[in-house]
Amino acid sequence: MRRQIPLVITFIVGSVLIISVFIPHKPFGRLGENFSVYFDIIAVFAFILGGGNLLRVHGNRIYRKHKDWPYSMVTVAGFLVMMIAGLFKIGGSPGITGDLTEPGSMFEELYMYVFTPLMATMFALLAFFVASASYRAFRAKNREATILLLAAFVILLGRTPFGVKLTSWLPGSLSFLEIPNLATWIMSVPNMAGQRAILIGIALGVIAMALRVILGVERTYLGADSD
Amino acid sequence: MRKDLVWLFVGVLFFGLLYILNWGVKVISTDLLVWVGAFLTLAILSFLYQDNPFYKFAEHLFVGVSAAYWMCMGFWNTLVPNLIAKIHPPIVKGVLPAIAEKPPEYWYIIPAILGIMLLMRLSPKAPWISRWALAFIVGTTTGLNLVRYLRSDFVGQIKSTLIPVIVLQDGSLTIGGSFSNIVVVLGVLCGLIYFFFSKEHKGMFGVASRVGIYILMITFGASFGYTVMARISLLVGRMRFLLGDWLQFVQ
Repeated sequence: MRRQIPLVITFIVGSVLIISVFIPHKPFGRLGENFSVYFDIIAVFAFILGGGNLLRVHGNRIYRKHKDWPYSMVTVAGFLVMMIAGLFKIGGSPGITGDLTEPGSMFEELYMYVFTPLMATMFALLAFFVASASYRAFRAKNREATILLLAAFVILLGRTPFGVKLTSWLPGSLSFLEIPNLATWIMSVPNMAGQRAILIGIALGVIAMALRVILGVERTYLGADSD
Repeated sequence: MRKDLVWLFVGVLFFGLLYILNWGVKVISTDLLVWVGAFLTLAILSFLYQDNPFYKFAEHLFVGVSAAYWMCMGFWNTLVPNLIAKIHPPIVKGVLPAIAEKPPEYWYIIPAILGIMLLMRLSPKAPWISRWALAFIVGTTTGLNLVRYLRSDFVGQIKSTLIPVIVLQDGSLTIGGSFSNIVVVLGVLCGLIYFFFSKEHKGMFGVASRVGIYILMITFGASFGYTVMARISLLVGRMRFLLGDWLQFVQ
C-alpha cells in the first residue's frame, strides 16, 4: 500500500501525459493539460514544504543551542520578515488584486536591497574562484588541455573591446581571423556540434530513465522502506 | 561564537556610525536601503579573505530570505489564480471578471489534497503519505520530459544536423559555409562516437573518437569562457552598485 499506490500514480500520470501527445482529444488532451496545472500547484506546496523544513531545522538548532545557533536566528528572522511582507503585501495594494512586486512595497524593497545584492554578489564571488580554477585548468599539459585553453581564450577575448582592437588591423580578406569573428564561429560551429552530441546523449538518458520510472523499474524516488 | 557576535556588533556599529556621519556632509548616498545593500554586498565579498562572521550572517540571511521569496511568489502567482480562483471564482472578481463568472471547478481539490499530503513529509509519524504527491510530481515530470526530450533534444537536434555539406551561393561554392557545415556534421558524429562505449575505440573508430574529444574540449572551453564572462559581468554590476549607487564615485 505504502509503495504500490505511488507506483500506480506515477504510471497513470506518466502514461496519460505521453498518450495525450498522440491522442490530443477527450479525455486524454484535457487530462494532460490538467495534470500540468496540478503539477504547478503541487510544486508551490513543495516550496511551502521547503519553508517549513527550513523553520524546523533552524528552530531545532536554536532550541538545542547548537553551534552557530545565532546565525540560525538570522535565517528564521529573514524568512519570517520576507514572508510576512509578501503574504500580507505590506506597503503595497492589499488584497488579492494588489501587485506583489509593486514599487514601494516592503516585499519589493526587500527584494531590491536584500535579496538581489545577496544573490548577485554570491554568484559574482564565483568569478574569483573561477579565476583560480582557470589557472589550474589553463596549463597546457596535453593536446586536449591546449584546445580547451585556446577555445576559452578566444571566447574571453572576443567579448572584450581589447579583443576587437587586437586584430582590427587585419585586411578585409582576412576578417574571418579577427578574434570577435573567430569567437562567433567557435560558438556557432564546433561548440554547437559538441553541444548537440551532448544533448543527444542526455536526451537518450532522460528517455530511458523516464521509461524506467513510469514502468516502476526505478523506485529510488520513493525513499527507504522505513520512511 | 561570542567573538563572532562581538565582531558583528562592531561591524554594524561602524557602518551605522559612518551612515550617521555621512548625514552631516552628504558625500555619499543617504538612502538607508542602499547602505543595507552595500553592507550585505561587502559581507559576501569578505569571504575572499576567509570565512568570517559577516559572511556567515549574509549567507544565513540569504537562505531565509530566498526561501520566503519563492514561497510568496508561488503563493500569489500560482496558488491564488490556479487553485483558489478555480475552487472559489468570485474571489478574483476585481482582477479577472471572465473567470469570476465561471462555475467552480471542484476537480482542483485533487491537487490541493495532494499538496497537503506532500506537507505530511514534515510529520514524524506518517511521512510516507507524502509519497503519493511525490509520485504525482515524478509521474508528471517523466511524462512531460520523455516527449519533450524526444522531440526537441533528440529528433530536433538530429534534424538540425542533417544539413548540406556543399553550400552554394548564387551557383558558386561557398568555402566558409561548406567548411562550417562539414565541421558541424562530423563534429556531432565524432562526439557521439566518443560517447559510444559498446565498441573498443580502436582504428578508424578510435580516430573518430579522438576527434570527438577535441570537439568536446572546444565545447567545454567555450562554455568555460562564457561562464567566466557571465560571472565577471555580475561582479561589474556589484561594483557599479558600490561605486555608483552607494559611494557615488561614478554616475
